[in-house]
Order: sequence, then C-alpha cells, then structure tokens
Amino acid sequence: MSRIAQAFANGKAFIAFLTCGDPDIETTEQLIKTIAESGADLIELGIPFSDPTAEGPVIQAANLRAINGGATTDKIFAMVERIRPQIKIPMVFMTYANVVFGYGTERFIHKAAEVGIDGLILPDVPYEEKGDFLPACQQNGLELISLVAPTSDDRIAMIAREAEGFVYCVSSLGVTGERSKFSNHIGEVVSLVRHFTSVPTAIGFGISTPQQASDMAMLADGVIVGSAIVKLVAQYGRQAVPHAAEYVHSMKTAISEIK
Amino acid sequence: MSKGRFGIHGGQYIPETLMNAVIELEEAYNYFKDDPQFNEELTELFNEYAGRPSRLYLAKNMTRDLGGAKIYLKREDLNHTGAHKINNVLGQALLAKKMGKTRVIAETGAGQHGVAAATAATLMGLECEVFMGEEDTRRQALNVYKMRLLGAKVHPVTSGTATLKDAVSETMREWTSRIADTHYILGSVMGPHPFPIIVRDFQSVISREIKSQLLEKEGRLPDAVIACVGGGSNAIGAFYHFLNDPDVQLIGCEAAGRGVDTFETAATIATGRLGIFHGMKSYFCQDQYGQIAPVYSISAGLDYPGIGPEHAYLHDIGRAQYVPVTDDEAVEAFEYLSRTEGIIPAIESAHAVAYAMKLAPQMSKEQVIVINISGRGDKDCVSVARYRGEEISE
Repeated sequence: MSRIAQAFANGKAFIAFLTCGDPDIETTEQLIKTIAESGADLIELGIPFSDPTAEGPVIQAANLRAINGGATTDKIFAMVERIRPQIKIPMVFMTYANVVFGYGTERFIHKAAEVGIDGLILPDVPYEEKGDFLPACQQNGLELISLVAPTSDDRIAMIAREAEGFVYCVSSLGVTGERSKFSNHIGEVVSLVRHFTSVPTAIGFGISTPQQASDMAMLADGVIVGSAIVKLVAQYGRQAVPHAAEYVHSMKTAISEIK
Repeated sequence: MSKGRFGIHGGQYIPETLMNAVIELEEAYNYFKDDPQFNEELTELFNEYAGRPSRLYLAKNMTRDLGGAKIYLKREDLNHTGAHKINNVLGQALLAKKMGKTRVIAETGAGQHGVAAATAATLMGLECEVFMGEEDTRRQALNVYKMRLLGAKVHPVTSGTATLKDAVSETMREWTSRIADTHYILGSVMGPHPFPIIVRDFQSVISREIKSQLLEKEGRLPDAVIACVGGGSNAIGAFYHFLNDPDVQLIGCEAAGRGVDTFETAATIATGRLGIFHGMKSYFCQDQYGQIAPVYSISAGLDYPGIGPEHAYLHDIGRAQYVPVTDDEAVEAFEYLSRTEGIIPAIESAHAVAYAMKLAPQMSKEQVIVINISGRGDKDCVSVARYRGEEISE
C-alpha cells in the first residue's frame, strides 16, 4: 500500500496545504512538523509560482511572499529532504505546469521522488495534457493526482478510471479561497467518481470551518484545506506555528467521528 | 489526447473546471464557422459596422525616402475603434450570442481589445467586464474612459506586475467562477485551444484582403509582410493567407523594450524559452525555475511574456522570422510615419514600421513590402511625448 493510500486507511483524511517559503523556508519546516503532529493525514506542499491562475487572493499573496522571500524549487527540495525522515505521513507537491516543465520535467520528478515526495498535483494540467508528466511520474513512483470539478460531467468517467493517489474533487466553481457555499452537485460528483474508481476521494477549495469539514467528510474520504491555513501564516508570520497546530487539530477532530 | 497543437506548441493547459467550457466553444465554433448565416452576419458586421475592407495604401513618400522596395500600408488603423482588434471581437461576440451567452469578459493591455470588446458587446446587447492591469489603466486612461462610456465594467488588476499577463490571469480566474452564461473573448492568438485558431481565423481577413488588393494593384504577391507581435493576432492575421506562398517573407517584430541584452524587454523569441503558461505550450520569458519574467516595453499592447503557439511553430520551422525592435526604434518610426505620410500609427504598429525602415533600403525598387498598421496612435501621443521629455495633458 502506498503512503497516500495509507493516509485514507484510518477514517476520514485531513489534508493540509502550505505554500513553501511563506514567509520563509524555516517556518515552513516547523509548520510541516507541527501540522503532521496535530493530526494531518497528508500534506500538500505548494511550490510558489509567479502567476498562479487557479488561486484566489490569499494563496496568490502567499506565492508572492514566498518568491520575494527567496524560496526556489531547489531550496524546497533541500527542505523536504531534511524533514522527510521525521515525517511519517505522505507529502505531495502542488504547483503549476511551468514550475515542473521549466525545471526540466524528468529532472524535477526524479528529484521530488528522491527527496521523498509521494505525489504531484498540477491544477493547470487536465486529463488531456497529463501525457507530458505521467511517464516520468510512473518511472519515479510518484502518483499524479487528478482533479474533477463541478463542471466535469461526462469527463468524470475517463478521469476517474485512470486516477491514482486520490481524486481531488473541486467543491465549487472559481479559484481557491474561503467561501460559504459549495456546489449543490458535489455529492453527486463524488458518487460518480466512486462509481468508476476505488481510489479515495477528497474535497477541496473553500473549506475553512470545522462544520464545513465535517459536512464534506460525510460526502468524501477526505477534506483539503489550504487558504484557511495560509491565512493564519499571513496573519502571524513566523509565529504562526501554534495557531496552525490548534487549527489543524480542531479540523481533524471535526471529521474524526464521521464514518 | 491533446488538441490544438502547432508542432509541439499549443494544447489546453487549463484547470479542469474550464475544460467543458473550451470543448463547448470548440464544438460551437466548428459548427458556426461553416454556417452560411453566421458568415453572412459577420461579413455584414465587418463591412457595414467596422468599415472593412481596410485600405491597402501605397506609401509614396516613405517609398521615395527610403529608396528601396515599394511600401504598402495595410490600414487596420482605419477600422472602427481604431485597430485590428475589432475583427476578432465581432466574430467572438457573434459566436457568444449564438451560443446563448449573455455576458462576455475580456483582458486588455493597451486597452484596444477592451474597447473593441466593449463596443461589440454593446452592439449585440451583451454584458461586458474588462480586466486591465492597474499600471495599464494609468498608461491608457483614455481607453478606460471609453470602455466605461460604452457600458463596460473595468476591473483594475493589481496582482503580479499589474500588466497584460496579470489581466489574462485574472480574466481566466473570473471565467472559472462564472461559466454558464459567460464567454471569454480572448484578445490574441494565445491561450488554450481553440482560442488560437478562432482568433486567427477571424483576423485572417487581413491577409485575405492584402492578397486580393495587392493582386489588383500590382498583379503580384508581396515580397515581405511585416507586422508587430505581442501575442501575435494582427501578425497571424496578416500572415495567414501567405503561409503557403513560400516566396513571401513573413516578419514579426517583437518589442525589445530597452534591448534584448537587458531585463527590460518583452522579446519572447529572442530571450524566452519553451514553457507552459496561460493554457498553452509556447515560448515564454522566464527564469531558470520557470517563474514568468516581468517584461517591459513602451507599448502596453506588446508587453506580454509569451507568444502565440502558431508563431512559435512558424519560428521553429523557419516559415516566419521574428526580430526584436527597441523602444527607441519604435518611437522614431512613430514620428517618421507621422511626418512622411501623415499617419500616426499605434506604438505597437510602429515596431513593424521601424523594421521596414531597415529592410526597405536593402531591397530593390521592383520589390514590395506590406506593413500591417494594426492600430492608430492617438492613444500613444502622451507616452511618446513623455518619452521625448515633454509632458502633455489631454
């Protein structure tokens, strides 16, 4: 069983997202340890990109802070390599196609696998274009995570049939960021995905409160929270670690009773 | 299976949320492009509303002064709204209307595409919102006013470098949040398939006209067609019907800003490398980690870190040639055309004029150059005056 599969093996999974290097690499390192200790089952590590077209204002600003703070792909690889022996849960990279392609696709994916990364999420690479990245992922044992959206409809079958790791179910239209309402169809989308694959499902985009997390955990195998954590980092900077720990703990508690 | 490739370039690198929207667009376009009714309506809009066909004007003074090839100017600046942008927006707005969309969104750099989109939207009764880098709203305040006058809502974009690339990103984000009633009128031959094809087809009227007008005037094809290139819509429009005429040299002029050996440049072919951004694989100005570079040009319309995928392909196979033109050269050409022919070109188009000024004297008097004057220069008078150290206010 892969590390990602294990993350979903003990009840509902809580998936936390961080932008690496926001506000600096050392804080990210502390945050990863603390978030893992506070109950996260999987961590998505965002590699900052200059023009993150799928992100709302909170994560856009985090990308900018990280780049201005000097974070680079190489520094992030080095950080993951340092921290990997202390972290038991899976870690995946979430970034944009050009960060991987611009580094050299083979070289990036090989390096990511070498430092202990388990998977890769590229929000600007749909099913039709995954051929650019999939072969290198397969060669290096990295799982390429697919996304489905409320607009995917007839595309769900083909995406789900080839899914690996987990299926990232986008909760609603639009970019990342907190919101009060989700697509009415998200339950149907998850059911449809499950019809075509046994790979676990996780819902993300806009989830910030324990109530929302528990509602979404009723529908899927896991929930993904990004902007709400990044917002704490924006607010508290280098002092964000205890705040993030408390938040992750509360979110994990909210979903842990759900069967 | 990846679609919309030009060699290795193109494709559809966009969030899953938008995939069915671009598939729907492709299906609608494939249906309507061969629909006689659609084409009849579009031709009527082109001719009666936009003022097509645009003139192919023999620039006698310039030809005499440069002493080489005969120079013709394709006068896209004479179109309604003052630029070639109207060709594409009339096509896309009509398509949006046929698709049952009630709202259009658009990015704009210099504001020409935004003004054109606002115009077409008003004409066809569509709601319109335009995203424009905050920096550009300052450089092109008059166009912001025009868009508002035409009933569009203008959103200044503050993210990133607050210029054209950020306006494109923000319009894409807006589209993912509202798709059902909204069409994204992309302004150049870029972005995910099918946009590079749709925009090219609507702009190809330029080369279709050049070909027939020049055959009538000279009984022959041109030796060279020269156009400026940002994303590359006026250039592909001017090149398209000559792609299979190998004796016609096709030249795209990129904005070199302060020079291709400086960081203040937007010359993608000269300084960029292969990448994936804004829905397409193509050449982009970027750093070693794939971070998109902040680019610079005096021209807000060419201030873009990428180039359309078909141009990238034409460069790869050597069918078209791409040359850098600096701010200095463009400003000189802006002044030169104003004084020799009494035509004030857009600063974007002045990049093409600048290269023609170098090329024409090296050619014989029997040869013919066509320069695409993609837009008029009224919008640029303030910034060119400032470039020359003169402050004027409108």
